[in-house]
Amino acid sequence: MAAFEPVLSRNWNNPDILSVKTYESKGGYAASRKALTTMSPDNVVDLVKASELRGRGGAGFPTGLKWSFLPKDRKETFMCINGDESEPATFNNRYLVEKDPHQFIEGILIGCYATKANTAYVYLRFEYIKAIHILEQAIAEARAAGHLGKNIYGSGFDLEIWCHRGAGAYICGEETGLIESLEGKRGWPRIKPPFPAIEGAFRKPTVVNNIETLACVPHIVERGADWFKSMGTPKSYGPKLYTISGQVNKQVCVELPLGVTTNQLLEDHAGGVWKGRKAKAAVPGGISMGILKKEEFDIPLDFEEIRKTGCLGLGTAAVTIMDDQTRIIDYLYNTTRFFAHESCGQCTPCREGTGWLYKTVKRIRSGGGRIEDLDLMSHLANNMGITPGTTICGLADGAAWPIKNALAKYRDELEDFIKHNQNPDYKITAGQDAISKGQSPLPTNTSMFVPGIGLAKSLSN
Amino acid sequence: MSTTSTSLDSPRMLPESVRQKIEAYIPRYPSKRAVTLPALHIVHSHFRCVPYQAMKEIAEILEIAPAEVADTMSFYGFFPQAPLGDVRVWVCRSISCMLRGGDELLEHACKKLNIEAGQTTSDGKLTVEFAECLGICDHAPAALADDGRAYGPLDEAGVEKMLEELKKGPVPPESL
Repeated sequence: MAAFEPVLSRNWNNPDILSVKTYESKGGYAASRKALTTMSPDNVVDLVKASELRGRGGAGFPTGLKWSFLPKDRKETFMCINGDESEPATFNNRYLVEKDPHQFIEGILIGCYATKANTAYVYLRFEYIKAIHILEQAIAEARAAGHLGKNIYGSGFDLEIWCHRGAGAYICGEETGLIESLEGKRGWPRIKPPFPAIEGAFRKPTVVNNIETLACVPHIVERGADWFKSMGTPKSYGPKLYTISGQVNKQVCVELPLGVTTNQLLEDHAGGVWKGRKAKAAVPGGISMGILKKEEFDIPLDFEEIRKTGCLGLGTAAVTIMDDQTRIIDYLYNTTRFFAHESCGQCTPCREGTGWLYKTVKRIRSGGGRIEDLDLMSHLANNMGITPGTTICGLADGAAWPIKNALAKYRDELEDFIKHNQNPDYKITAGQDAISKGQSPLPTNTSMFVPGIGLAKSLSN
Repeated sequence: MSTTSTSLDSPRMLPESVRQKIEAYIPRYPSKRAVTLPALHIVHSHFRCVPYQAMKEIAEILEIAPAEVADTMSFYGFFPQAPLGDVRVWVCRSISCMLRGGDELLEHACKKLNIEAGQTTSDGKLTVEFAECLGICDHAPAALADDGRAYGPLDEAGVEKMLEELKKGPVPPESL
């Protein structure tokens, strides 16, 4: 195999790349010019289809196919770019915006041309304050340089890009939750169908794409579908930004062909496990994806292979390493706390299920566990989500997966923990489940108007 | 529920400059309601909170019901009704930060300031909150100020240094 040449991150060491002139001088906006002046929108869709680019946001849906679902007779199309990036341990989109905003804008431009969208909304999570600042400046520069606005490159194509800031809600990373949020409402996901391609933002045909997905597009236009397919593993082609964090020596974001292994990331890029310890487990692509045992670290992290480990998928390719002193109960405490906090509260199995999983794990961790709790957790996890068909979106599947994987892979450890961590003072009171006896440093009198505590919290407590 | 009078004929509280900023967003969207989040952000950055009276005035500008603004506002974890400190800092507790001591550092920050998570110091300078993943895991365990300054990897000494720095007040985005 030829040496891998990074493209998405090629400008990251050049701080001047934030200026449109520098970006142009490095060959930037050549691909968008090529697409808008020498290709038809359908040509671009066909090219992206041929590249077999799959969405980088988590689900891995083929991008060209998504674009081709738009009705042929549509009068207006919206592009929404999902930069809500809230999946724990994920920060590759932030790097793309902060370190090379024009590459991203060029990707939006080509994507919008292909889908005939004249307005694009970049939904960025509020916490990306620096990224929003950089992107807004870059958009203004790109407009002044003629890459945005009316009749771009004389092609007759118009495009405006607007930044839309989120307000701290994980659920807005779900594409229809994002659309609702963009429309000014609470970010409650919609039942599909209709899919956004038919009826999305403002009831119009809409494409929702991830930042990294669009950043791949200029390179596909420039170098072709075959180049893109020369990298990766079967059905998982192209370059991918992996992030590695947690108990490692170096927490990094690195561009590699799809399908590297956890071991490669850990040893070649993250400098190994911290404090001279050994690895115990890893979260393969954000906590929704489940957990990998050390013995599974040689499985390729791509859209297909990873599923054979029982994990939900590649997710955001955000790998978190856990060392051999980490307790699985603490991992579960963290994941269940996260999802109980972030459930949007719309579907009962998720709102209540995430809350009860958290309370149960918290009780076990505090010394009030019973072996049968593990079966209760399994029952809960198996009955919430799109997989069993009880919720509108996949948040509950993400909440269930760490539980399912942990029970399949670490049941012995969890049983052992329960047996050896019994606190005789810990009383389970009916209805309360002794939640006030937990170890959280948080105040217990949280209500929906306390910053950082969402509606779901007040409903589920 | 609110520190502001909620009677229908309360005096207007949004200054003209804030109203203009909100109105400038309207042409960007096919519906006025879509300006709800931008408007809440504009009001929040002006008052460091979104009082009920301001919600009513946003509703008036966007030609929607005050309850619709309140519904959106209360869904997101971001908008408090009583003013925050001059700087709001989030200490991350999600997986990568947790594995490197995030929960303990949040506790340490609160202890140092003699407050609980979600509270503001008595001098009104700092509000400390926990956060779910801030997307700065390359800095884990990390914290983020609401002016955009990112901190980490933190230890106890690092948290104390950060708090001292943040007490001096917010910085403009150009300095990031």
